Amino acid sequence: MPKPRWSQRSRNACLGSLCFLAAIVPGPLTAQTAPAPAGNHPQPPAPASGLEAHDAPNDAGRAVDLKWSLSPEDRPGAKRVVHYYVERATKPSGPWAVVDSVPAGTSTKSDQTVRRDTEYLYRITAVGPGGMTPGGMFGFVHASSQWVNTTRASVLVFSAMFFAFVLYFIRSAEKGKKPFVRRIAGIDAIEEAIGRATEMGRSVLYIPGILDIDDIQTVAGLVILESVARLTAKYQTPITVPVTYPIPFTIAEEMVKGGYLHAGRPEQYDPNSVRFVSPEQFAYVAAVTGIMLRDRPAAHIFMGSFYAESLLLAETGFATGAIQVAGTANVHQLPFFVVACDYTLIGEELYAASAYLSGEPKLVGSLKGADLMKIAIVTTVVVGCLLESLGIHALTLWMTTQ
Amino acid sequence: MKRELPLAITAAIGVFMILSFFVPHQAVSVPADFLQASAIIVVAFGYVLGGANVLRVNFDGIYKRQPDWPYKILLLAGLIVTFAIGAIDGVEQHGGFLDQGTRSKWIYDNLYSPMSATMFSLLAFFIASAAFRAFRIRTVEAGLLALAALLVMLGRVPVGDLATHWLPAPARLGAIQDWIMNVPQNAAKRAILIGAALGVMATGLRVILGIERSYLSGEE
Repeated sequence: MPKPRWSQRSRNACLGSLCFLAAIVPGPLTAQTAPAPAGNHPQPPAPASGLEAHDAPNDAGRAVDLKWSLSPEDRPGAKRVVHYYVERATKPSGPWAVVDSVPAGTSTKSDQTVRRDTEYLYRITAVGPGGMTPGGMFGFVHASSQWVNTTRASVLVFSAMFFAFVLYFIRSAEKGKKPFVRRIAGIDAIEEAIGRATEMGRSVLYIPGILDIDDIQTVAGLVILESVARLTAKYQTPITVPVTYPIPFTIAEEMVKGGYLHAGRPEQYDPNSVRFVSPEQFAYVAAVTGIMLRDRPAAHIFMGSFYAESLLLAETGFATGAIQVAGTANVHQLPFFVVACDYTLIGEELYAASAYLSGEPKLVGSLKGADLMKIAIVTTVVVGCLLESLGIHALTLWMTTQ
Repeated sequence: MKRELPLAITAAIGVFMILSFFVPHQAVSVPADFLQASAIIVVAFGYVLGGANVLRVNFDGIYKRQPDWPYKILLLAGLIVTFAIGAIDGVEQHGGFLDQGTRSKWIYDNLYSPMSATMFSLLAFFIASAAFRAFRIRTVEAGLLALAALLVMLGRVPVGDLATHWLPAPARLGAIQDWIMNVPQNAAKRAILIGAALGVMATGLRVILGIERSYLSGEE
């Protein structure tokens, strides 16, 4: 029979010692400033001090900003403080709840779990290998809503200027003063591409980007689709529009339908021309490249937001010999389109395309407003550079937003 | 009325959302958050319409025996089976149909992910063919482009710096590629971004003011 390693007596003695230790060691959130037992046990760290808590400015009353001075023992390499607990209570007597913890060396934290207009007390507890020591409490403080985000004043001023410019040019266009807009080769090429597809008796493939309707490039792409559908209806050329998300899909259907209606050929509208494919990026690529290779459209028009699929689509399209026109404001995808497509609309040209294609003076007027705003921005950049060079930071600070 | 009401709703909500950018108070931020969250409901209805379109287009293709109709059967079978398994797993797992050990997770890991990775990996070959065309030097501009690309590519690999370590620090390939990326490249990129941002604002304003109304139905 194996001999037991511990006798019952020694086991009881150990358990008794553990119970004694448990009785003398305080709970995790109580103060441990009393002297530690003799021996090699590490001491609890000195507390953090100078806690200040303030309502976070320019928000909807959803945060309290905290700032404190580090524990004197919180020094690099000292390892006396491991982290700090940010604790919160609604009464000085507690209970104190741990809101969050931050690593040693950190002296600020924004508590974003507060309830608006509720009074809170805060304290910072330094935690180390020897235990934890709460610092002094600060309060009461409450988070409240502000009516104006003052850090966005510069955005407000520039937005107001921009809207004023656009409205002015729209108004002058309404009075019959049609603004001059330079030729944009990429947009002119759209009609050329559709004409070529018509001559070849093949279809046009239109891709309005791969993002949902909350991306403004998708909106721009769908607006251009209406003009393209009008042209395909005029030339009696079939159009195929594969779409990634359901909301752009329903809008694309309306756009194509509207284009055929405005061209006076509503009966030629094919309900299967707009197809919902998949919001999954590469499933969409597989479907669209399949359409390119099987149906062999003679013209590919890419207008909207594109990511990694841009080159997959454009290179496959290039291999089929189709005429390709692309437009995107995604800067990183522009080189791929420039290489693989015949014409590329760069950045703002995508947003100008719908106004340009429609030729409506009011829409074209908005382009002039944007041009004037660009002059204002360039002027501000130059003035800002000069002021910074002279050591004057007022403009830079005013332009900094949250 | 069929056009005026949507235009009025668009204008009111557009102005309200612009206001919420400048006014953080809960009187504005709470309804603005609610409006954004409500979009999920609209999207859910959209998925029904999208699913119906997939079924209609593909059933139509099968019925008319279009050249690729057997693939459409495969697509519809995949759609229906994935949907059904997802629904069953969703009920069994209380919504967690992509939890470890579910059939949906198996489909995701063993079918969807490898197929996505396959499509993505094709990009390497397409980049090679596109780069070959892009760097053919036919004009002065194309020559400059190819030279800049060569310097940047060499400057970004250790051998570039190793080959030029005997030169003064600003003349080494690493420093040259840093300058190309930080100065001319960044300047051009920012110019495009500023123009695009203004285009975004102009498009938004046209929609809010009802000048751009082609997103509505073509019927007057």
